[in-house]
Amino acid sequence: MADTTANGPVLAADGTPLKQSLARSLRRQKMRALMLIAPLLVFVLLSFIFPIASMLFRSVENGIVQDTLPETVAALQQWDEQSGELPDEEVYAAFIRDMIIAVDNKEHTRLGSRLNYEETGMSSMFRRSGRAIGRLDPVEDAPFKEALIDIHDGWGEVGTWQTIKTHAVPLTNGYFLNAVDMQRTVDGAQAQPESKQILITLFGRTLQMSLIITGACILLGYPIAWLLANLRMRTANLLMILVLLPFWTSLLVRTSAWKVMLQQQGVINDTLVWLGLVDDAARLVIINNQIGTIIAMTHILLPFMILPMYSVMQTIPPSYTRAAKSLGATNWTAFWRVYFPQSVPGIGAGSILVFILAIGYYITPEIVGGTKGVFISNRIAYHISSSLNWGLAAALGTILLAAVLILYWAYDRIVGIDNVKLGG
Amino acid sequence: MVNPTSESAFVQFDRVQKSYDGETLVVKDLNLSMPKGEFLTMLGPSGSGKTTCLMMLAGFETATHGDILLNGTSINNIPPHKRGIGMVFQNYALFPHMTVAENLSFPLEVRKMGKSDREAKVKRALDMVQMGDFGGRRPAQLSGGQQQRIALARALVFEPELVLMDEPLGALDKQLREHMQFEITRLAHDLGITTVYVTHDQTEALTMSDRVAVFDDGRIQQLAPPDQLYEEPENSFVAQFIGENNTLTGVVKSVSGDACVITLDSGEEIDAKPVNVSQPGERTKVSIRPERVEFNKDRLNPNAHTIKAQVKEFIYMGDIFRFRLSVAGNDDFIVKTRNAPDAVKLTPGETIEIGWLAADCRALDA
Repeated sequence: MADTTANGPVLAADGTPLKQSLARSLRRQKMRALMLIAPLLVFVLLSFIFPIASMLFRSVENGIVQDTLPETVAALQQWDEQSGELPDEEVYAAFIRDMIIAVDNKEHTRLGSRLNYEETGMSSMFRRSGRAIGRLDPVEDAPFKEALIDIHDGWGEVGTWQTIKTHAVPLTNGYFLNAVDMQRTVDGAQAQPESKQILITLFGRTLQMSLIITGACILLGYPIAWLLANLRMRTANLLMILVLLPFWTSLLVRTSAWKVMLQQQGVINDTLVWLGLVDDAARLVIINNQIGTIIAMTHILLPFMILPMYSVMQTIPPSYTRAAKSLGATNWTAFWRVYFPQSVPGIGAGSILVFILAIGYYITPEIVGGTKGVFISNRIAYHISSSLNWGLAAALGTILLAAVLILYWAYDRIVGIDNVKLGG
Repeated sequence: MVNPTSESAFVQFDRVQKSYDGETLVVKDLNLSMPKGEFLTMLGPSGSGKTTCLMMLAGFETATHGDILLNGTSINNIPPHKRGIGMVFQNYALFPHMTVAENLSFPLEVRKMGKSDREAKVKRALDMVQMGDFGGRRPAQLSGGQQQRIALARALVFEPELVLMDEPLGALDKQLREHMQFEITRLAHDLGITTVYVTHDQTEALTMSDRVAVFDDGRIQQLAPPDQLYEEPENSFVAQFIGENNTLTGVVKSVSGDACVITLDSGEEIDAKPVNVSQPGERTKVSIRPERVEFNKDRLNPNAHTIKAQVKEFIYMGDIFRFRLSVAGNDDFIVKTRNAPDAVKLTPGETIEIGWLAADCRALDA
């Protein structure tokens, strides 16, 4: 109920409306608060929001074809790509004019690399033709169709022109199609050839292995967290140091240590052979595959599971379990019906943390994963640093981001994000 | 306490000792027996061992030595969930992820009781504490007093013969606490339950209990009904701990049957009743309740010893007047008088004569 007088809104002592007067007095406080958080806000904006936005944009941005070959793209509009016939002289002439400028600016190789993502061989075709085209005169050397096909056979193939026309759009869904093992063709979105289909499998594997790692972390972490929360202070502190110790060791060192442990001539295999549990000829293959990745990542991510679990368990008073027992519950019933439900928020928080970290993990799978145990992030890294297909890398990253957000949303719907506690 | 008749005892502690660290005894040689249906309160300062005793009875702590018997059989090796003892915890310990009805249903479920029986019992228990409409609520949606009632109902719903309560009213405000004191006593007597109640609040202990066991230093200092505890404390700890008390120290001058004369350290002589003293020359602490001190000149017994006192402070408390006096070197000597029309009002600074009946002044251990 608003406290209004018969004549309208309540007035402050000086006669201004109370709401206005209140807003004015709060404004100073708000400005102060804003000033205090401004450095962080700017930092977050520059280092987090902006890169993500730029990544999202890069995954659809595709101006290069139109920018480099503006006349060709215009001329190709008249050409029916479904006809199966080569475009006419007009297109070739436009292409030569565009290319001469591009060669002058040394832009044709970049275009070649871009189109090479779609059609293998394009890169070398553009590079080789570039030199020859640079020597041509746009007026005197006409007609160009025959001349260009002489320079490189590729210009006499319908597919080449189809590729150029298909990818001449400034914003493309091509990278996203590639990211899910499809491609943009004249006939619309088509599946990639079977030999190039690896990304869906990789996404599936990433999700599956992240789930396994999260599950393993829950199973291993829960008893530790329980001990931490229930032991005497001194013992618990010692245990806590053991949990935190891996945190203080370099990630690379820990991963490399696993390499030493798990390899076929490594500590674990040697021990098993020495104990006679494993035959010397049949040493276990537990590295450079999925098992290696799961073991190493479970170990590395375990503290992220234990700490939120511990902080939740610490707040569960022992009197609940005692009450349950006094009411007639056995140890197991008291745990399962009373203690466990109250520790679920900790499991939820730990699981979200571990799962999200796992799904984007890169170094560990790279070192111990071999070919079978790598994650989607390794593929992203490959496209960023080796193949230089940043558009595809951005599309993969975007899909990963979307997947995490969807899972987060689903988690919120099922468990409720209110039930997640990261601390007290 | 000598070993009591075990046939009539429902709960019995037999020479029970408890140590946590192997160096000090938290409970030293505890002997206690309770008949069925009794409301017994364990009262004592914190660290006196009363909660430890309760936890041993509930089964959450094991006795280092001695036997705890329930209905004549030793329960030392019976786990808590098989003892069938209802318990109300200090912070209620209502399960926050269950509704009130689920909380109450829990002990019945673990006893594998059928659904319809469970529902009937839960309803009856809720009605019993006047919370019939609250079955669907979560504990967090209830006020402290309501939670208290639910905790009580939950401890009673499976019809235990023995109920333990660990400072159950500690978190409530004064008015609610007084109301719940009455409720709990009424329920316990109506249902004929044997109750062990732990508190450090002496008012609670005095108003609720059939008998009170005053704990200190791991021992029962006195086990007696409330009136006896207040009026006839057996040692100076109990006298100090229960109610308000004035203490004077001195030496016994003479003892003659039911009365003795004490020479105070300041040299004055007073009359007292020998409780823990028998020989002249023994040191003693005499204890006298503020309301038994007489300072109205007209009512002083001419034959009794009187003593000089200087008025230090007057405290108006509405229903009573309270005066702080300086008596025989004790500056915290309190006297009280009812706010009646003929009440004498003393003014700070004046010197008066005070006295008392020898029977009200107990000469206890030094």
